[in-house]
Amino acid sequence: MNRIVGKEYFSPNVVKLEIEAPLIAKSRRAGHFVIVRCDEHGERMPLTIAGADLQKGTITLVVQKIGVSSTKLCDLNVGDYVHDVVGPLGKATHIEKFGTVVCAGGGVGVAPLLPIIQAMKAAGNRVVSVLAGRTKDLIILEDEVRRSSDEVIIMTDDGSYGKKGLVTAGVEEVINREKVDLCVTIGPAVMMKFVAQLTKKYNVPTVASLNTIMVDGTGMCGACRVTVGGKTKFVCVDGPEFDAHEVDFEEMMMRMGAYKPLEAEQMEHYRHEHEAH
Amino acid sequence: MEQRNEAWREALRQSMKPKERMAIGRVKMNELDGDYRSHSYEEVNQGLTKEQAMLEAKRCLDCPNPSCMTGCPVGIDIPSFIKNIERGEILEAAKVLKRTSALPAVCGRVCPQERQCESQCIHVKSGHQAVAIGYLERFAADYERESGNIAVPEVAAPNGIKIGVVGSGPCGLSFAGDMAKLGYDVTVFEALHEIGGVLKYGIPEFRLPNNIVDVEIHNLEKMGVKFMTNTIVGKTVSMDDLKEAGFRALFVASGAGLPNFMNIPGENLIGIMSSNEYLTRVNLMGAARTSDSDTPVIQGKRVAVIGGGNTAMDSVRTARRLGAERAMIVYRRSEEEMPARVEEVKHAKEEGVEFMTLHNPIEYIGDEHGRVKQMRLQKMQLGEPDASGRRRPEPIPGAVETIDVDEVIVSVGVSPNPLIPNSVSGLNVSRKGTIEVSEDMQSSIPTIFAGGDIVRGGATVILAMGDGRKAAAAMHSKIQAGEI
Repeated sequence: MNRIVGKEYFSPNVVKLEIEAPLIAKSRRAGHFVIVRCDEHGERMPLTIAGADLQKGTITLVVQKIGVSSTKLCDLNVGDYVHDVVGPLGKATHIEKFGTVVCAGGGVGVAPLLPIIQAMKAAGNRVVSVLAGRTKDLIILEDEVRRSSDEVIIMTDDGSYGKKGLVTAGVEEVINREKVDLCVTIGPAVMMKFVAQLTKKYNVPTVASLNTIMVDGTGMCGACRVTVGGKTKFVCVDGPEFDAHEVDFEEMMMRMGAYKPLEAEQMEHYRHEHEAH
Repeated sequence: MEQRNEAWREALRQSMKPKERMAIGRVKMNELDGDYRSHSYEEVNQGLTKEQAMLEAKRCLDCPNPSCMTGCPVGIDIPSFIKNIERGEILEAAKVLKRTSALPAVCGRVCPQERQCESQCIHVKSGHQAVAIGYLERFAADYERESGNIAVPEVAAPNGIKIGVVGSGPCGLSFAGDMAKLGYDVTVFEALHEIGGVLKYGIPEFRLPNNIVDVEIHNLEKMGVKFMTNTIVGKTVSMDDLKEAGFRALFVASGAGLPNFMNIPGENLIGIMSSNEYLTRVNLMGAARTSDSDTPVIQGKRVAVIGGGNTAMDSVRTARRLGAERAMIVYRRSEEEMPARVEEVKHAKEEGVEFMTLHNPIEYIGDEHGRVKQMRLQKMQLGEPDASGRRRPEPIPGAVETIDVDEVIVSVGVSPNPLIPNSVSGLNVSRKGTIEVSEDMQSSIPTIFAGGDIVRGGATVILAMGDGRKAAAAMHSKIQAGEI
C-alpha cells in the first residue's frame, strides 16, 4: 500500500508524487484531502488531493518543501512507500452550473485547485483560471489548467512570466470586464485574504479552501479550528472550503504560526543530521 | 461460576474462617514516588507482588451469590479468578478473566472499580474496604503476559460469515473478540494509523503503557481478527462497498471523539487546545516524549486544565511531566462533584497539581503574537441540586480573578463523532448525535449494531466493553435465527 509510482519535480522545492491508494482514488471528489505520515516517527500532515487515476489506482499530491515533514516526503523516490495515507477527508467542493467561475490559485495551491477547475468545467461553467506565483518557475500545472479552462491569466510578482502583479490584479481584471458568478481561491492564507477582500468589494460570492494546522483530520481534536461568520468551525470536517467573506483570516494566520519557533528548530536539527550523513 | 463446587475451591473456603479473612487489611498498590514520577513517563502504579496478590486474594469470602459480579459490566467471574490467585494458579486466573474480558490488563488499570465491582463487595457492606478486585485483575493479566505464556482463547470453527467493526477502541475490540470466539470472520476498520482508540491516543503511558495495549491487540490477531488502519468507513469505503464485499452485518463503535469547547472570548488563541489534541500529540504521536518524534507540542510553564474528569487529570498530569511549573485544574464545582476517579485526583495532587475548584473561565487574554497569557476566572458557589442531582454551580457576583497562563487545555467533554451518522441514510440518530439502538444494541437499520460512546456520549472504557459483549451476543443470535 501507498507505494510511490511517479515523481516529478516542478521546481527544486515543489514535487508531484503519484501514490498507490486505490480506495482513496475511487472515492475522492474535488476538494477532498488526505493525511499522510512519512515514516513511523512522522507527524500527520494534511495535503489536498490534486488528482487521481482510477485505472492505476493512484492519487496525485503536490508537495512543497517547507518543514521537516514536507522535506521528508519530497525526498522519497519512486518505489518507496509512504507509511500512512488516510482519506479522502473533508467535504467535497460544491459543484454545479454557476455560470462564470474564476479560479484563483497561488503557488502550490494550483494543484488542489486543478480538480475543482476540471469539475467546474465539466458541470458546464465558463472557467477563467488565474494562476499566480512569485516568479516564472513557480507557475505549475499550466497545461493541465489550460485544458479545462476557457481562459488562463498568469500573474508573476516579478513579471518574469505572464503579467506582472499579484493574483488579485488578474481577478479584478475579469470582474471588471464580465459578470462573475463565483470565485474559488486556494493558496497561501494571506493571498486568499486579499482575494476575499477584493471580491467582497464587488459582491462576488467566493469560496476559499483553508489550510490550517491539523492532527487527525477527522474532527476529533480541533487543532484546525477557525472562526467563520463568528462561529468556531473545524476545517477538517466542516470544510476545508468556506465562504471566504465570512472567514476570520487574521485569526487563522495567527493560529498557523503557533509552532513556528518549534518548526524552525526541528528543521535546523533535520538539516544538521542530514548533512552529517 | 462453574468452578465453585470443585474440591480445591471447597477446601480453600474451609481453610480460613470468614472472620480471619475479614481481618486482613486491604493491600496498598506499590507506586513510584510523586516527585520522581511527575517528571517521568513510567507507569505510576507498579502492580502487586505475587505474595501481595495471594494475601489480598485471601480477603475474598467466595460468596455463594457474589454481588461484586453484578457491578461488573462485562460479568467477569470474579470469585473464580480470585480464588485461583489464592491457590497460586495465576495462569488459571488469567484464563477465567479472558472468558469474558478481551482486555483484562487494560480494565484492571483504568476501570473505576470503586463505582463498579468493588462498590458491591461484601466487605463494603460490612463497613470495611473492598477486596482490591482491580489490582488483582491487573496482577493476573500482567503475570500471564510476563510469563510469556499468554493463552489464546478457544475459537469456534470458522463459519465463513464476514462481520465489520467500525472503530478499534475498547468497545470495538471487545465485540471483535467475542465474535471471533464464535467463529466469525471479523475485520476491524480504524481511521487512525494505530489500533486502540482512546487506549492509545487518550490514556497516557503513565497510566496505561501502550505496549500492554499492543499485547492484548496482538492476542485478538491470534484469534483471527483482522485490522485495517487508515480506513474511514463512510469516506475511504462506503457502507455499500462493505455490503458488496460480503459483510453480513456491521458494528459501529466509532466513539465520541468530537471535543467540546466553551465558546468564550479568546478561546482560539495560540496555546489553547482540546484535551484530545494535547493527549493525541503526546500519547499517539510521541510529541515531547520520544526524541525522534516529528510532532511538536507546546510545553507551557503555567498550564490550566479546564474540567474535572479523568481526561482533565490525564492532561494536567501530562503537563507536569512536560515541564509545567504550575499545573492547575480549574473546575466549576467542588472536589466532591468531580467525575474523575479518586485515585487519579490523589495521584495528581501528589504530583504537585493545584486544584482550583469553584472557578470557571470566562475569558482568555492574549499577547501581541496571539498567544494566551492570562485567563479570567469567575468564582462560583454551589446552589440547589440540578437535574443530575449535583448542586448547581452559580457565579458569585463580582468575584473575578485574573491568572497568568501560557497554555490552556480544554477538557469539558466530548460529543459523538458525526462521521458515521452523516454517511448512512436511514440511521436514527438522537438530537445529541448519538446512534439510537434497541435493547439488543441494534440500530434502525437491522444489519447495523452500535455501542460505546457513539451510543452513550462520553462514558467509560468498561461500559463500552460491556456494550461490545452485549452486541456480539445479540448479533450472533439474530444471525443464527436467520433474522439478518
